[in-house]
Amino acid sequence: MLEIKDLKVNIEDKEILKGINLSVKPGEVHAIMGPNGSGKSTLASALAGRDYFDITHGKIIYEGKDLLELSPEDRAREGIFLGFQYPVEIPGVSMVNFLRTAINSMRKYRNQDPLPAGDFLKLMREKKQVVEIDSDLTNRSVNEGFSGGEKKKNEIFQMALLEPKLAILDETDSGLDIDALRIVSNGVNKLRSPENATIIITHYQRLLDYIVPDFVHVLYKGRIVKSGDKSLAKELEEHGYEWIKQEVDAEM
Amino acid sequence: MTDQEKILSEVTGSDYKFGFHTDIDTETIPKGLSEKVVRIISAKKEEPEWLTETRLKAFRHWQTMKMPEWAHLRIPEINYQDIIYYAAPKQEAKYESMDEVDPELLDTFNKLGIPLEEQNQLAGVAVDAVMDSVSVKTTFQDTLADKGIIFCSFSEAVKNHPDLVKKYMGSVVPYTDNFFAALNSAVFSDGSFCYIPKGVHCPMELSTYFRINAANTGQFERTLIVAEDDSYVSYLEGCTAPMRDENQLHAAIVEIVAMENAEVKYSTVQNWYPGDKNGKGGIFNFVTKRGICKGDNSKISWTQVETGSAITWKYPSCILRGNNSVGEFYSVAVTNNYQQADTGTKMIHIGKNTRSTIISKGISAGKSENSYRGLVKVLKGAENARNFSQCDSLLLGDKCGAHTFPYLEVDNMSAIVEHEATTSKIGEDQIFYCNQRGIDTENAISLIVNGYAKEVLNKLPMEFAVEAQKLLAITLEGSVG
Ligand SMILES: Nc1ncnc2c1ncn2[C@@H]1O[C@H](COP(=O)(O)OP(=O)(O)O)[C@@H](O)[C@H]1O
Ligand SMILES: [Mg+2]
Repeated sequence: MLEIKDLKVNIEDKEILKGINLSVKPGEVHAIMGPNGSGKSTLASALAGRDYFDITHGKIIYEGKDLLELSPEDRAREGIFLGFQYPVEIPGVSMVNFLRTAINSMRKYRNQDPLPAGDFLKLMREKKQVVEIDSDLTNRSVNEGFSGGEKKKNEIFQMALLEPKLAILDETDSGLDIDALRIVSNGVNKLRSPENATIIITHYQRLLDYIVPDFVHVLYKGRIVKSGDKSLAKELEEHGYEWIKQEVDAEM
Repeated sequence: MTDQEKILSEVTGSDYKFGFHTDIDTETIPKGLSEKVVRIISAKKEEPEWLTETRLKAFRHWQTMKMPEWAHLRIPEINYQDIIYYAAPKQEAKYESMDEVDPELLDTFNKLGIPLEEQNQLAGVAVDAVMDSVSVKTTFQDTLADKGIIFCSFSEAVKNHPDLVKKYMGSVVPYTDNFFAALNSAVFSDGSFCYIPKGVHCPMELSTYFRINAANTGQFERTLIVAEDDSYVSYLEGCTAPMRDENQLHAAIVEIVAMENAEVKYSTVQNWYPGDKNGKGGIFNFVTKRGICKGDNSKISWTQVETGSAITWKYPSCILRGNNSVGEFYSVAVTNNYQQADTGTKMIHIGKNTRSTIISKGISAGKSENSYRGLVKVLKGAENARNFSQCDSLLLGDKCGAHTFPYLEVDNMSAIVEHEATTSKIGEDQIFYCNQRGIDTENAISLIVNGYAKEVLNKLPMEFAVEAQKLLAITLEGSVG
């Protein structure tokens, strides 16, 4: 489904990603962990098509297509969803209007007619239950005045509504209390299927108690320095990142 | 150069949709302005002597005046002798039936989305169509006449209702008011007149559609609306012009009089040709609009969506004379490329318990300059006056300007005046967030801008609101994505 080959990214002449390799197959859940500043969000942004940095080297193949050739909106329409670490507020734009525009843009891309208003509202109601999000929130402007936790829930709500093939969740767990964490993970688990894949970015292993990954990768200083199964996350939990940092720094 | 800057520098490719020119026989008088020209205009319109005299007084006064320079605008030198002050489609007489109307003319208004055949019109909207200097056709006059409502061109009003015109014309905007008002009062050609009798709720939206067609001409129309006690009317104004390389002057006057318990809603979607992307051509839109809430409990609301014109100088205002009277000003002003706008309002509180609300939403893109200028004045006798003002600016890119000039003069201690102002930028983050949900940049901007302007757009009559939303998107097309 997704093949990242030796991806290098510069921000203002500083190399942030220094050759990332990653392969994701349908049905898999990958966790990417690593200390702050190691390049996790940059990797997520590169997948989604953000362009404040330069991709200097490497390839990303998604479903047989050269992903780097696609605009951000076409990537989204092809089924890539990014749950943002810091979801932005859009004052005056109602959630309903925003999501209807989003869904209909995607439908248009697939040569489908716009979803009739009634069907859309029904879909909203259904998905609201999946993530236990208040109607109060979906009646407001996009993320405006939402608490940190509410913003994260809202990301998962949008994911549920848009039904992506590949979801990338950037620190969706940070700032969540246990209740919210449970709801968010439930949402993600319910949406898991053999056809779609999830990349979970986090620097706590806590979330992985709820969403059990097939693979865990450690990103440090722009490289994936260790990969393993879910036991790697446990190891990190017990020993922190220090031992990995020491290992890697000694090599360099 | 960041990507954002790159995109921004790719200037708009969107064409002005209404920029066509109609080939129609036009009668014009020679360029230039003099007492003789004023007399010619008055004679062409077969006006009574008092009106000719009023025009001449205005002209003589105008000659002593200078163009105002206080606005935040760079206005090129205007040669007032190089303008044609009267142009009219040749078939001068008002058309009795649609069969008599020049097909080219009909076609023009059809292209503009303003069909003049009553059966083809939006239900519930009566239209006075003004091309260059004259009113072409006013629809639904008979339906309205049944209720005693007068809705006709200004020229017809002068002929058929001279007492009303004489009584109210210039009573809200005297010719001495300002340079452009004096000019208009001297050379105005046509416009709309509307009179709602006591106790009548006007059953349909009244609308004037202004079209400049002829080259090198100025357009100087005036509108007068009188709403008697306990009456109501909602009035719409739209306008477009062909694309031309030279600037054209539009200096209009709108006067509104609201008597006791009367309510007048005046909505404008201003879409004059803004000039090309390099700032060449476009309309100079120098307009004086003012209403007086004369009677107690009366109300005047101005709603404007300003997207066109090379330069806009316009301050629709309310004089709140009656006790408990209410003035409202809702404005969205968009500037792109090299457009300049200096617009806002004046709320003059004279009566007791008078209230005013000002909501101004400026949107600047390209290399444009967009200013809000507003005065809230509370006179000594205006016990318990209230004003709330909110002036927001939204910037697209960093080569445009947004400015706010609020003025406050309060002479009564019991007044409560609140002012809020914000400036924000459409961020790359917001656009990317939309992109990531499958929405392209063009639609993202339209979504964000319409969301920002929602409070004002909601005030427009339904059919107009949809048009206005599209217009905002078109105006900003290419300005970011
Ligand atoms: N917009 C930016 N401009 C400059 N540097 C940035 C920008 N975004 C991220 N960086 C830098 O790139 C590195 C990786 O950041 P990020 O991908 O956000 O890490 P993580 O998500 O793993 O915490 C950090 O050193 C950060 O300071
Ligand atoms: Mg991060």
